[in-house]
Amino acid sequence: MNKDKMMKIVLFFLFTLVCILILIPFYAILLASFKPGGDLVRYGLNLNFDLSMMSLNNFHYLFTGKHAYFDWFFNSVVLTVVQVALTLIISATVAYGFAAYQFVGKNFLFICVLMIMMVPFEILLLPLYTLTNQLGLMNTYSAIILPGIASAATIFFFRQYISGIPREIISAGRVDGASEYGIYVRLILPIMKPSFAAMAILNGMNSWNNFIWPFMVLSETQKYTLPIGLKTLLTPYGNNYDLLIVGSFFSIIPILILFLSFQKYFIDGMTAGAVKG
Amino acid sequence: MTLIKRFIYSQKIAPYVFILPFVLVFAIFWAYPLLNSFEMSFQKVSLGQESSWAGVNNYTKLMGDTVFLKAVGNSFIYMVITLVILIPLPMLFAVLLNSKFMWGREFFKASFFFPALTSVVVAGTIFRLMFGEMEGSMINNILASINIEPVKFLKGQVTGLIALVALATWRWMGVNMLYFLSGLKNIPDDYYEAAAIDGASKSQQFFKITIPLLKPTSIYVLTISIYAGLAMFTESMMLWNGNNSPKNIGLTIVGYLYRQGIEKNNLGYAAAVGIVLLAITMIINITQLTISGMFKKEEQS
Repeated sequence: MNKDKMMKIVLFFLFTLVCILILIPFYAILLASFKPGGDLVRYGLNLNFDLSMMSLNNFHYLFTGKHAYFDWFFNSVVLTVVQVALTLIISATVAYGFAAYQFVGKNFLFICVLMIMMVPFEILLLPLYTLTNQLGLMNTYSAIILPGIASAATIFFFRQYISGIPREIISAGRVDGASEYGIYVRLILPIMKPSFAAMAILNGMNSWNNFIWPFMVLSETQKYTLPIGLKTLLTPYGNNYDLLIVGSFFSIIPILILFLSFQKYFIDGMTAGAVKG
Repeated sequence: MTLIKRFIYSQKIAPYVFILPFVLVFAIFWAYPLLNSFEMSFQKVSLGQESSWAGVNNYTKLMGDTVFLKAVGNSFIYMVITLVILIPLPMLFAVLLNSKFMWGREFFKASFFFPALTSVVVAGTIFRLMFGEMEGSMINNILASINIEPVKFLKGQVTGLIALVALATWRWMGVNMLYFLSGLKNIPDDYYEAAAIDGASKSQQFFKITIPLLKPTSIYVLTISIYAGLAMFTESMMLWNGNNSPKNIGLTIVGYLYRQGIEKNNLGYAAAVGIVLLAITMIINITQLTISGMFKKEEQS
């Protein structure tokens, strides 16, 4: 018994230590958001707690200053919501097709789904860039949303979920005279509700933090999303640290609140793709 | 009209209607660009100019391109180091966290995951500043306390890599730990009870039960880590505030693709870089999956 207690204390101590290491960068940026940006340039980011240097000026500037931060914030919110809604509806529909039917070409098409998960998206950056150019979609949100609208990981997860729903529901629906689409919309979608939460969060997180593709597509400051906007604050000619740090800090908050409220779904969503035993 | 309606509503056609969006997206945004990229890699292409056939020129040029080889080396070393750190450590943490000796399990699980919530832009900015070259920046502060001179982290090959790996470890440790935790859930408790009755020690249980039964999870994590390691770009872009690091110490394969394609409008050459990356990723992953015997299983699913 005593040995168990020792073990508990040792483990708790170890995890607390690692936990502190993990939280230090957050603490550092929190501290820095109260310090003047010039200070950061002169001394670097550190953990010095010096009340005489700290003020709410950066926060004041964030909320009342003349800059595009909240435009970017708004764009990110809109883009995330639209992208998640469309991706979920379309991926769920595709997943239902894969899970509920036998049809010619099914295996081949499903291998295509798996392939998307294995090909680095980065390889497609250039051909997608030229394609977007040809389609006249440069500097539009469509160019960001469309390529990911039938998300492979999301389809995969939904397909697994639907496979767990008893087939009798579908046949009962047919007996009752419901159409194929009626069965999906009225009988299956309501049952799928819990799985939507996990995927909404996973896709929402990816969309909120998405950077490289939107960065290549969007060229107008007014249309920037938050990560791109923040990135542009780092210029070769003197950086706007006042806004960058407080803005970075503030950008973590919405997703952190989401995480703390729906922690279970986050974890389900993140581990959804993992192969099971 | 009713005939068309009956056709679309028939049980034979309905599945195709359901999966149609995927087929369209796959064809337009994956298959076409990928084939296009393959074709471009044999051409000399620039936006706004007529493209011309180049045969295997792009590829032969790549093989002798020292900057490209440097980028491949960088990506490769980065991938290997992240594998060495980001598989055993998260596995160990997951097992410890899952053991009955753990206090505050949910709290630790959540806080290990926090870094994954930050975007690369934010995380990269924080790490860039923490690893700043000034005496007062955080890491140099710590080094000073053990009497080590300030280091210009982002100017040296090894120290730059340390910063990159630190960033990757910080962001991905918690995610990989979650994968292992969900893998552990699938191992029945009876196995451990039976082993304990047979007198197996904790470490024997770990090596004889936990590790073998976590194999599917480990392979999954390995596969996505190989992919993520080789395709890494934005982390380096954020740490060095752009795609140009001193002596290319932070240049990765995708970074080179970006430089040639976007910055130098050398699309054919960049496409060849992409195809080589695809080939490397595929070869490593297929070899790895074949060796571990996972391939048959994947095809069946």
